[in-house]
Amino acid sequence: MGKTITEKIFETHQRDVPSGNNVVLDIDVVMCHEITTPIAINDLQERGMDRVFDPAKIKVVIDHVTPSKDSKTATQAKILRDWARRQNIKDFFDVGANGVCHALFPEKGFIRPGYTVIMGDSHTCTHGAFGAFAAGIGTTDLEVGILKGVCSFRLPETMKINIVGELSPGVYAKDVILKIIKELTVNGATDKVMEFCGPVVEAMSMESRMTLCNMAIEAGATCGVCPPDRVTAEYLWPFIQDEYDSIEAAVEDFKKWHSDVDASYVGEITLDVSDLAPQVTYGFKPDEVKDIMELEGSSVDQIYMGSCTNGRIEDLRAGAEILKGRKIADNVRAILSPATPKIYNQALEEGLIKIYMDAGFCVTNPTCGACLGMSNGVLASGEVCASTTNRNFNGRMGKGGMVHLMSPYSAAAAAVKGCITDPRNV
Amino acid sequence: MKTFGGPALFLDRSDINTDEIIPAKYLTENSKLALKPYILEDLKLPGFDPLADTKEAAVIVTRSNFGCGSSREHAVWVFEVNDINVVIGTSFARIFRQNMFNCGMLAIELSEDDIDALFSLGGNVTISVDIDKETITAKGKREMTCSFVLNSFDKALVQAGGWLAYADKKY
Repeated sequence: MGKTITEKIFETHQRDVPSGNNVVLDIDVVMCHEITTPIAINDLQERGMDRVFDPAKIKVVIDHVTPSKDSKTATQAKILRDWARRQNIKDFFDVGANGVCHALFPEKGFIRPGYTVIMGDSHTCTHGAFGAFAAGIGTTDLEVGILKGVCSFRLPETMKINIVGELSPGVYAKDVILKIIKELTVNGATDKVMEFCGPVVEAMSMESRMTLCNMAIEAGATCGVCPPDRVTAEYLWPFIQDEYDSIEAAVEDFKKWHSDVDASYVGEITLDVSDLAPQVTYGFKPDEVKDIMELEGSSVDQIYMGSCTNGRIEDLRAGAEILKGRKIADNVRAILSPATPKIYNQALEEGLIKIYMDAGFCVTNPTCGACLGMSNGVLASGEVCASTTNRNFNGRMGKGGMVHLMSPYSAAAAAVKGCITDPRNV
Repeated sequence: MKTFGGPALFLDRSDINTDEIIPAKYLTENSKLALKPYILEDLKLPGFDPLADTKEAAVIVTRSNFGCGSSREHAVWVFEVNDINVVIGTSFARIFRQNMFNCGMLAIELSEDDIDALFSLGGNVTISVDIDKETITAKGKREMTCSFVLNSFDKALVQAGGWLAYADKKY
């Protein structure tokens, strides 16, 4: 019988099978940020085990609260910075070079088809967009990953998500994944990998595929994954051109990381997106999703654009389409955080930053910040944010605050109208 | 190995997420103990008082998909430093469940019927856990015993005192 992408990756990375259902994998990339890593570093030091399995396979960034906002976050940054230097980790990204991990590491070419990737961050599933197995893990798993280069997983089953039809103008990958989470519910894919395929996925940029895979965790999935193809090869070409004679050769090679036609899936859903409207969340769970028309006129206080879900260049372009020549409404404040310095620079060159600033946006440095209510746009109790981020949990962006998740295009429309609105009419 | 069992705290809702268990603003702490006062701070349930209600608790009984959301192991540590080493529910989010076993703690899955029965025991409920027999016994106004399944790897992690101790010996 054929194998899925994930089964192929598990087979090639298997170090041990400690029980019938658990596999210990060799890990290709261990990624670290300043929120979940310092406790692992301190613990390794206390145990007299302050070492790393391979400094070249460890990628480190300060991204959640940066530049540091207080003594505690400065200490976290310092622990990470000192450790990266001490362990001779070259790929360390500090203030000035840092950005949101799941946007920064892909643009550095660190993720390749067939890789195993772990990070102490639930949105690590983003990197499945490259045909990798990428999973969020806790600090103990991270600690073992740093020390031994291995991580244990229950053998995940794969759910096939076939996306067909054609996206209408004003409808984006974010709307597609919100719709899928609504269908699956917040634990519909627990212990499963969501394999996104079909013509809509094939037509998507890497940025859009990352948005899709990024929110797989919101349906409980271990990882999202897209079959690596020409789009993947073209994105990675600057980093792989020494390994392949041509892009065609890379595309051909990547096919070894495609699921076989007779692979077995635990479930298969087909979503025709031709009539899909822009989507928005309304409650405190990411599966509480409606067509945006149903929330027309709902009040908002803040607009937030950024994060590992939607802080990439095409997201900024989508928002700018609406904002160009317009002002944000008097009753709202709006914040843009381009996800990486490269994206920020590109947005400057394309004139996007000017569009946002002329519209009345505050443009911040790249950081996770407000998405999880840590800095740069925390809500007060009773306030509501139209946000391009990934979680609408109670208090996520600040105690007592509420978040409506939506696409950058919809968020820009909310900024202009001062309330939730169908962006196709703005 | 940790000790398992004692007074139970009932959290009657599904999908209790990591931000409710320990809000992100406390993730800037660099010690597990510092998390102690913030347990379940953002969980809103009728009549639930996080600090008072967790004071005596050693076991949490809840519904489905407990611990969904973030990968933060802080959501496990905040239980650990409050001497809660067992969470019992119908299902868990993957990362939370793994974090529990990685810390040598127990995430026990029971059927919906057994969870319903636990919730309807009445009175102050005390739960004991027998890892070898894979059973729990709960005593409230009534008493019940039910069995659970612990996969052999998860059991080995609990017996080793967590994943780091296990992995350091083996890999």
